Amino acid sequence: MAIVPGSGGERSIRVRLRLFAAYAEAAGRDELELTLPPGATAGDALAAVRREGWAARLPPRPAVAVNLRYAPSDRVLGDGDEVAIIPPVAGG
Amino acid sequence: MSEVAAQALGGTVVFVGTVRRTAEDGDIHAIEYSAYRAMAETEGDRIRAEAAARWPAARIVLRHRVGLVPAGEASVAVVAAAPHRAEAFDACRFVIEQIKARVPLWKREHLASGAARWVEGVPPGGGAGGDG
Repeated sequence: MAIVPGSGGERSIRVRLRLFAAYAEAAGRDELELTLPPGATAGDALAAVRREGWAARLPPRPAVAVNLRYAPSDRVLGDGDEVAIIPPVAGG
Repeated sequence: MSEVAAQALGGTVVFVGTVRRTAEDGDIHAIEYSAYRAMAETEGDRIRAEAAARWPAARIVLRHRVGLVPAGEASVAVVAAAPHRAEAFDACRFVIEQIKARVPLWKREHLASGAARWVEGVPPGGGAGGDG
């Protein structure tokens, strides 16, 4: 019996990706939905966003948050996670 | 300050950051603050928890405005009360520095000329900010 990768029970995940401030302005919107393969990481979500033209505006390693917390790029995502690309912060 | 008041706390330090009217190249009419609100609130809670771990006797309150804040008005306030002034100063300083370093807030300067521009921030988790 042939085992075909990806054809079985593993389903892709959907994440909500949020953009803020100068990044939202560059993108012309403040959120998008991404469909990613199971096991996808925060870095994979970022790579998917980089296919969009405006993403040239992003620095090489922007800060990313997953579910309201800063996360490393190897953080594995789950279905329904909220991922945010955080521009340099300027509170105060 | 009533939020932090207690008879055992002998020192209270208040930091208030105010929108400056002057920039290098023109007068600032106002600063428009925006936030990743849910994360800003949880990150603020984490900063407070970290301060509580370092200065267990201190009481701390932090507030940050969002939206348009006219020049001369306060945008951020940190109040730290502790049994003695040294901890109150240290805790207050810690909290404002952490706010500036990592809370997802952004500002857009509105100049007197009518132009507006994003203020360059600091990559969260690293670098030092200015004051206020």
